[in-house]
Amino acid sequence: MSDLLQVQDLVVEYGGRTPVRAVDGISLDVRAGEVVALVGESGCGKSSTARAVVGMEKPADGQVRYHGRSVPPLGLRTRDVALTAMQMVFQDPNSSLNPRKRVAAQIADGIAAARARGAEGSKPDYWLDQVGLAPDLAARYPHQLSGGQRQRVAIARSIAARPDLIVADEPISALDASSQAGVAAMMRRLCLDAGAGMLFISHDLSVVRQIADRTAVMYRGRIVESGATEVIWNDPLHPYTRALLAAIPRADGKGDLPQAPAAEAPPEWASEVPEALQRV
Amino acid sequence: MSVGEGGVKQRRIRRAVFARIPRAWLTPLAIIGLVVALAWIVVAFTASSFIPFSPTEQSLPRLQPPGGEALLGTDGLGRDVFSRLMAGAGVTIPLALLLVAVSTLVGVIVGAVAGFFGRWVDETLMRLTDLVMAFPTVILAMVIAASLGPSLFNAVIAGIVVSWPQYARVTRSLVLSLRTQNYVVAGRLLGYSPLRSLLRDILPNIAGPVLVLAALDIGTAILLLSGLSFLGLGAQPPTAEWGSMISEAMRNFDSWWIGVFPGLAILTVVMAFNFLGDSLRDILDPTSQTERESTGVTHAPAQASDGGER
Amino acid sequence: MTAAPVLSIRGLTVAFGTRKRPTPIVHGVDMDLLPGRVQGLAGESGSGKTVTAMSVLGLLPRTAQVGGSVRLGETELLGLGRRELNRVRGRRIAMVFQDPSASLHPQLTVGHQLTDHVRTHLKVSKAHARERAVELLERVHVPDPAEALGRYPHQFSGGQRQRIAIAIALACEPEVVLADEPTTALDVTVQAGILHLLRDLALERELAVLLVTHDLGVMSAIADDVAVMRHGEIVERGPREQIFTKPQHPYTRELLTALPESDFTDPGARGSLAGQGLLDPEVEE
Repeated sequence: MSDLLQVQDLVVEYGGRTPVRAVDGISLDVRAGEVVALVGESGCGKSSTARAVVGMEKPADGQVRYHGRSVPPLGLRTRDVALTAMQMVFQDPNSSLNPRKRVAAQIADGIAAARARGAEGSKPDYWLDQVGLAPDLAARYPHQLSGGQRQRVAIARSIAARPDLIVADEPISALDASSQAGVAAMMRRLCLDAGAGMLFISHDLSVVRQIADRTAVMYRGRIVESGATEVIWNDPLHPYTRALLAAIPRADGKGDLPQAPAAEAPPEWASEVPEALQRV
Repeated sequence: MSVGEGGVKQRRIRRAVFARIPRAWLTPLAIIGLVVALAWIVVAFTASSFIPFSPTEQSLPRLQPPGGEALLGTDGLGRDVFSRLMAGAGVTIPLALLLVAVSTLVGVIVGAVAGFFGRWVDETLMRLTDLVMAFPTVILAMVIAASLGPSLFNAVIAGIVVSWPQYARVTRSLVLSLRTQNYVVAGRLLGYSPLRSLLRDILPNIAGPVLVLAALDIGTAILLLSGLSFLGLGAQPPTAEWGSMISEAMRNFDSWWIGVFPGLAILTVVMAFNFLGDSLRDILDPTSQTERESTGVTHAPAQASDGGER
Repeated sequence: MTAAPVLSIRGLTVAFGTRKRPTPIVHGVDMDLLPGRVQGLAGESGSGKTVTAMSVLGLLPRTAQVGGSVRLGETELLGLGRRELNRVRGRRIAMVFQDPSASLHPQLTVGHQLTDHVRTHLKVSKAHARERAVELLERVHVPDPAEALGRYPHQFSGGQRQRIAIAIALACEPEVVLADEPTTALDVTVQAGILHLLRDLALERELAVLLVTHDLGVMSAIADDVAVMRHGEIVERGPREQIFTKPQHPYTRELLTALPESDFTDPGARGSLAGQGLLDPEVEE
């Protein structure tokens, strides 16, 4: 089975003369019908990876292949119709929707993209229902919605395009704590129902654990550990993954303090542990 | 139907009508601005039908003080100041509106193209705006008007040449900031062509600030046209134009009414359009819209949960 | 445990908007902060928890209408003038914000800010203030404190900046610390360290801490008592363990079930949350 998305030795750099390397040669793949999570803390390069995957950033080196074809940067040319089957969900729900368009029209944009590819058409109401919103929201403008509702509309718009790959860049971190897990689970369900694959970027391992089949842990632009989510969660090998998991506070009411690393960014976090990669 | 019932209904209708008026319009300054600007616009287009004398005919005794046969007195050539004042509105205001409309159009097109296409297109267009903006506005307008030959039409051309760059600058920076917005990127990922992205995702969202700028600029345009006419570079005698009326008043310094009334006319119309522009800015601010439109929203808690905590 | 409360809030109400049409944000909150204990205040955005904390220090905008009583020892804080309030702020009650940059001046060295702060509230010599600044940085585990005094805030990582902000908050030995989402902007590995620090400081200095956070994990880690707030009201309160293990109010239960760890028993359950409508407070009718 050929991979839906293949990222090979991807390097993303920012800045001119002395570029900052945000992503330092990472490889990963996403297959149809699975959720792959890319987790890490701020500045680890996970969002840059997501942006490079959809073509918002031009890779400095390496390749991003979607259906075996290289993804062109999102430039001034109209995106190739075949590429509209790759959709993105952004972190900030407030800037994800056009403020001057009604909800129904925004979802209709997604539907139109699906039609243009020859896929089956649909109604905005159907997708509102799919993301758990009432049909009477269709006539509203984004500023009349809460942040959580906006994000659901944004998800509905991308799903309405009937994608086979969804790149979600921290899609839940701007939401209220009580709706985060629910939205993440909903995204997984929608994605799998459509037979699509998803690259789910997050800093929240406990949510990722719940929805990802495979997980890659990123630190300073590199993947330090990757493999089946449960394996990584139950038996982390890399020092960084261990520290990350140990630092998650458990809401069990026991009053246990999470383990704090002895120092900020100890050098062993950047070490290479080959056996921590591709774990099954 | 009883009288009381009718009264209730009327009140309800009135309330419904008022609910549709944005809050920002219900401030004193906005109302004054709106009323005065509308009054002047009406005058501008109907003056010829109600003025008692021809604005150009020298039929009355010269330098009569206000209050006589001529309501606001007569000027040094025996023309009725009131008639000239009203007719002057019909000269200056439409031309100022035209000036602003054309400069906005030119500026928005240039700015949108520069901001959206970037690179050398942007460089070229922006250096051009720098070039124009490097000169003091009024002086450049004077030079252009003078070299084209003194006439009102040329004054408008000069006004357009000096005022489009500000629209281009503002539009460009707005387009640049919107171009990377998630919803614009999302549109591109859905297969929007660049033109469609520009027309549907970007331009509607910059219309507000540009309109405000244009509304605030109407006053400036009136000042510019009157100023050029005052200097003899715009309206030519015997055309009734406020700037040239003030200029003519300089010759009869003792007859205060010749200059004061056109001066007041300029003052009121410029202030009215500035008030209007300010109110427009408040109205187009999306946060002020929320309050108005949420009256019809039934799921208030969801909305409150988003912005309540600041 | 039965010590007298350092700060007690009674019937606190806050409303915004015009006098004629006020929008109530907080209605009738009671709360006591005890020395050496961390009082948690949980709730989602818009629940009024931050407004509650801010009103204690009179940090709300002028348009806010605040009612009720906030007593710090014998002093009633509501209705205090600007000058008296300034004397209380920073001296007896300190605040730690989500964004440490908000409490640090970007163009002054850390040493400058710390010694300034020490000297405005405690009348001590410059040398003494500096000595104290080094001690404070040492206490919050900023590495190499003497050298750190000469550096500017942007030269520190986010976690170190929050430590410095805490040091400033501690500078005048306050009785009460209001911590509003103190770790929300931080990475989880950095957060763990800050939580340790807050917990230790509360115990060692007998601080009465009000911890405002939406993060129940953080709450569970360091709060002794927890109050759950919703729509401007406290719906449930009690000792930490009781709130987390035997929640009484349906809203508290809803918050706890929505946590990702809560019902994860086997890998097959992945995605199972989606089916449960109760997780989605935003699902309409």
